[in-house]
Amino acid sequence: MSSPRLRARKLDIRGGLVDLSHGAGGRASAQLIDEIFREAFDNPFLEQGNDQAAFDVPAGRMVMSTDGYVIWPLFFPGGDIGSLAVHGTINDLAMAGARPLHLAASYILEEGFPLADLQRIAQSMGRAASQAGVAIVTGDTKVVERGKADGVFITTTGIGLVPAGLDLSGDRARPGDRVILSGSIGDHGVAVMSKRSSLGFETEIQSDSAALHGLVAAMVAAAGPSLRLLRDPTRGGLATTLNEIAQQSRCGFLIEESSIPVRPEVAAACELLGLDPLYVANEGKLVAVAEPGVTDALLAVMRAHPLGREASVIGEVTADDEYFVQMTTSFGGGRIVDWLAGEQLPRIC
Amino acid sequence: MKYIDEYRDGGLARSIAASIAREAVLDRHYRFMEFCGGHTHAISRYGIEDLLPSNVEMVHGPGCPVCVLPVGRIDDAIRLAMRPEVTLCTYADLMRVPASGGASLLKAKAAGADIRMIYSSMDAVLIAEAEPARQVVFFAIGFETTTPSTALSIGLARRKQLTNFSVFCNHVLTPPAIRAILDIKNLPEVERVLVDGFVGPAHVSTVIGTAPYVALAAEFEKPVVVAGFEPLDVVQAILMLVRQVNEGRCEVENQYIRAVTTGGNLIAQREIAEIFELRKTFEWRGLGELPVSALRLRDAYAQYDAEQRFDVVPVPAADNPACECGDVLRGLKKPSECKLFGTVCSPETPMGSCMVSPEGACAAHWTYGRFRDRAKASAMQDAA
Repeated sequence: MSSPRLRARKLDIRGGLVDLSHGAGGRASAQLIDEIFREAFDNPFLEQGNDQAAFDVPAGRMVMSTDGYVIWPLFFPGGDIGSLAVHGTINDLAMAGARPLHLAASYILEEGFPLADLQRIAQSMGRAASQAGVAIVTGDTKVVERGKADGVFITTTGIGLVPAGLDLSGDRARPGDRVILSGSIGDHGVAVMSKRSSLGFETEIQSDSAALHGLVAAMVAAAGPSLRLLRDPTRGGLATTLNEIAQQSRCGFLIEESSIPVRPEVAAACELLGLDPLYVANEGKLVAVAEPGVTDALLAVMRAHPLGREASVIGEVTADDEYFVQMTTSFGGGRIVDWLAGEQLPRIC
Repeated sequence: MKYIDEYRDGGLARSIAASIAREAVLDRHYRFMEFCGGHTHAISRYGIEDLLPSNVEMVHGPGCPVCVLPVGRIDDAIRLAMRPEVTLCTYADLMRVPASGGASLLKAKAAGADIRMIYSSMDAVLIAEAEPARQVVFFAIGFETTTPSTALSIGLARRKQLTNFSVFCNHVLTPPAIRAILDIKNLPEVERVLVDGFVGPAHVSTVIGTAPYVALAAEFEKPVVVAGFEPLDVVQAILMLVRQVNEGRCEVENQYIRAVTTGGNLIAQREIAEIFELRKTFEWRGLGELPVSALRLRDAYAQYDAEQRFDVVPVPAADNPACECGDVLRGLKKPSECKLFGTVCSPETPMGSCMVSPEGACAAHWTYGRFRDRAKASAMQDAA
């Protein structure tokens, strides 16, 4: 990000719109970056005004992850595309047990997008990053013609540092391991859906969008290498996450429906829309698979953390050469919790 | 959640299941058909099979609206959607249904057809109002349950004096389908579906009431218990059917008294009668041509009839010959008895519509119940 200091007038953030010059790399681009992004992200890396961030790398194992955000609507109860783009990528790092270090952010803006909305999104990103103790150290902005994008798309990339001796991976689940869920499912998906005007319903539900690395650090400290893996059940929900792990680890799962927390408002919205909460997206929850011996210790530290108060054991890993995720329903029967066929609802993250 | 949790109470379910096990006579087999896809879904979703004794068997019926729609009608809808002036509005269930030649509405949409997924028929009217330059066609399907809302949307379009809204009508009727299942005297033995009774339609019956089943129950000497779609409704209906069979009764009973009356919803019936009339005949997937089994728009509403507006000429289309949806829909086969099931046909790559709709017997068994096939196969192996 470079920014010549010479310019005539400040951006008209209240009434202005993104135009093609804001992505052309000239003075208008520099002004946009300066007055919106640098202002919101406020850190010495950006202050240097280079096209990259330079930093020393600590010894150890690094993780890196990237994610694109196309959520619609851009603003939803409990968050917006900006905070989501920070939390989502931090969580991808955290699921490796990592402490997130730096983020990069890249924007595709549609011509005509209100500068006020862009500022609101950037400030929300800045707040989310600073609350998480992570800096957005470099970035990029492009503008495409009206109709070639939908408002704003954001890609964030992060790097993090994994504590020595920790090896969390989706292929490490073993029969007999316990499955722990950090809290209620479906909040994010339902909060977003409630703002889609075509669905015509309202709810008080807020997205659970949150950075989970603090919770993860406590869990890693409590369980150490007995923690096998972590995964955040985002798009596709808890059901998809468990199926992914089953494939990776070549195992099955047996879970108890009655042990999975679902808020009544989420259950009601799903009932209305014909959705299964097991498949609805989350942005601030995690699934942990751990050796049975550390279950109590894990539950204790999770429940002591604000993002894990409702943590519970929801089932266990089974030996299954067809990798079935099976569930005992609260009604008393058995069922499979299968992969989702098709899309329950597009653009949820 | 109030009025939901009560009907999903596991404790109560176990106590009703115990009554079924106690009252089902050990040396006889009870075979009941659940007519509706909604019941099929509930049975699979809640694992009701696990609560039933081995001599009480459930057979899936034809009451899944997406499943009984013949391929030719999907082809017609795709041809409509490919017209440059047309916006086709459809429920999401239909998007993935296989049409002729590997086509589907989903693929047509990707190829540029203006196809929009809606949650209510009223949304189609609102789209027509907002986009007067587009010809908005609502792809109407379903049994008597969804017909009233289609009727209301046509009424709304008329009040708004919209000239760019029409309905591609595929509404079908339940009683002729039940008759087609039961009227087996002229069929060869291998095609006869033997059932001891019906779990009767839930939402359909809120509209038409229980009265239309009385003649069927008497003529074919089969008990019918109209039941809700919650799992406890289904389990209770099964107990009521077991009792009717044990007592030699063939009555129409109403388990779903919180929503269904004898005469049904008279306002809805009036709305339907105002706008729709019976077709002489209609093709059902799996059941073939059934006389007076479907609805079309009355001549007075011809301007809202997409078939007339766009001169839809039916082109005969056959199912994939290896697909056994037809036998599954009539209860002749279980999904896992179809050679395509789980091999080339799965929800990701459906060969027949029973694998598409969540109410379809194949999709329900694949999604929720196929783990039981393994236990059954291993039990058979042990027995051998």
